[in-house]
Amino acid sequence: MAMIDKETVLKIYTNMVRLRCFDDKINEMLEKGIRIVQHSTRGQEATQIAVPTAMEPGDYMMPYHRGWGWAIGKGMDPKILLSELIGKKTGCCKGKGGVHIADWNLRIMGRPGVQAAHVPIGAGVALSIKLRKAKDAVVAFFGDGASNEGNIHEAMNMAGAWKLPIVFVNENNQYALFTPNIETTSVRDLSARAQGYGMPGITIDGNDAIAGYEAAREALQRARSGQGPTFIEAKTYRIHGHTGFDQFHLGVYRSKEEVEEWKKKDPVMRLRARLIEMKTSTAAQLDDIDKKAKEEMEAAEKFAMDSPYPTREEIFSDVYAE
Amino acid sequence: MAKKEMTVSEALREALREEMARDNSVFVIGEDVKINVWAVTRDLYKEFPERIINAPLSESGFSGMGVGAALTGMRPVVEIMFNDFLLYAADSILNQAAKYRYMCGGGEFKVPAVFRIAGGGSTGGNGCHHGQSLEAPAIHFPGLKVVFAGTPYDAKGLLKSAIRENNPVVFFEHKLLYGVKGEVPDDDYTIPLGKADIKREGKDVTIVSYGYTLQKVLKAAEDLAKDGIQAEVVDLRTLRPMDTETILKSVQKTSKLVTAEEGTKIGGVGAEIAAMVAEEGLQYLDAPVKRVAAAEWIICSSAYGDQMGIPQVADVVQTVKSMF
Repeated sequence: MAMIDKETVLKIYTNMVRLRCFDDKINEMLEKGIRIVQHSTRGQEATQIAVPTAMEPGDYMMPYHRGWGWAIGKGMDPKILLSELIGKKTGCCKGKGGVHIADWNLRIMGRPGVQAAHVPIGAGVALSIKLRKAKDAVVAFFGDGASNEGNIHEAMNMAGAWKLPIVFVNENNQYALFTPNIETTSVRDLSARAQGYGMPGITIDGNDAIAGYEAAREALQRARSGQGPTFIEAKTYRIHGHTGFDQFHLGVYRSKEEVEEWKKKDPVMRLRARLIEMKTSTAAQLDDIDKKAKEEMEAAEKFAMDSPYPTREEIFSDVYAE
Repeated sequence: MAKKEMTVSEALREALREEMARDNSVFVIGEDVKINVWAVTRDLYKEFPERIINAPLSESGFSGMGVGAALTGMRPVVEIMFNDFLLYAADSILNQAAKYRYMCGGGEFKVPAVFRIAGGGSTGGNGCHHGQSLEAPAIHFPGLKVVFAGTPYDAKGLLKSAIRENNPVVFFEHKLLYGVKGEVPDDDYTIPLGKADIKREGKDVTIVSYGYTLQKVLKAAEDLAKDGIQAEVVDLRTLRPMDTETILKSVQKTSKLVTAEEGTKIGGVGAEIAAMVAEEGLQYLDAPVKRVAAAEWIICSSAYGDQMGIPQVADVVQTVKSMF
């Protein structure tokens, strides 16, 4: 923990807990019959929070479909995020983006619905930074499924060739929808592909938040100093199914035993134990963080549910800019 | 006003040079844009070494990069070497560039990118993977503007407007049009997007066309005049948004409508024009609408065969005459 201070670790822990409570809140709302597209983050909180924590406010985020950590970690208010997910005017995309989350001020640059489409867009943001001689960097998240899309290869090749200030963060949770990546993917460590694109590739324990923070910090430093891109593969696991409607994730395309094994590696509990062990915080202090996060999500639900929908006129606006 | 004669290719290069000199955020990315098979971007790298970027063969990737650069303060001009390769880049342009602003909730999210694409057949047997006309599918996507210039003057003025536009523009060019000459004024002029132009006035029939087919239609109109038929030629210039007002006004005057394009007929640009006139101006017509378009075929990959399916001057003349 040479590079990370106590305050940052606590911030990461707090946001991981907030993320988990947010995820639980969505599941609770789904059970009530509210329609939300839920790609649960449970089990993947470490990387999704640690990486944006390592970013500067001016750095750009290209998020992906899984989870909400990249939004909460980059500073999005859960009530704004939740409002967007249920199509309310108070959402970050005025209730028109839904799961396609974007926020201009937070530099969350949009989340296309087509797998990997955002990765060349992220490389384009990095090219723009280079052409404008700015000092910012880009982080592009994507899953192991998307890593087989041609767009990823095209973007990584150009980023490598032109030494663009971008960090590719692959969350390898080992399943693309209902297909294990062992059936479809040529390498076991996706980071091995980095060599082919002229950039360093590392594989980290995706359930270790501190490892994620340190890897991202170093890669962002490389990006900012003109040394070009880095590929970080964070090996992890999604505890829930692909979406809230995945009925097959327990015992069909993966075994219950496997899921139980990964539950033992829970990133939130792991960081909590570490904070107590290192005497950074007491159990009572951490319980207080948990309690506050739950209260925050109750308030977020109320805010989102009470918010108005956009008007018909607003629904049809913004197809073109002036 | 001083004018000079130049080709479409030279006019496009002038537009790029002037816009790049005027605005540091304009840059060009595409395959072989330094030397450039179409000569449009040729040698501009000597003036703008950092802003003419040779891309790898990654149409989807570098088109997507255009979107990202456009979102963050740049004005990319992306070149897709052949229309047919647009289908590799379809997601980046039709799915991403077109929808990005809306999806992100508008506001500061804008995609001021131009995608220049060379299309069209009859360059000597380029065939079905180097000779298609894909402007009809492109107009089906709200969020995009679609331009197809038919003369050097329009090419320069429209490209300048497309570069200054705050929305993504698909800017079609035609390989056979690159060498077509015309007068271009020296001053800094632009042509607004969304405005058609009457290229020839007439009272007997309206022929709506654009791009390289416009050149054929203008020749056909000369031939028709010899037989006493005065055709009014409407050059769309912008296909989306379409200048329906100019088309309707002309049809009101002539009572007859012919459309002419190089793409195939089913689901083509002419289909859209015919449907629009049926909805808004059926009462003006005294004859059924006729569409001149490519055969429902696969473009033959021989210099001999490819001419057969692509509309020629005689096809336009014959179609118009059949209405009288």
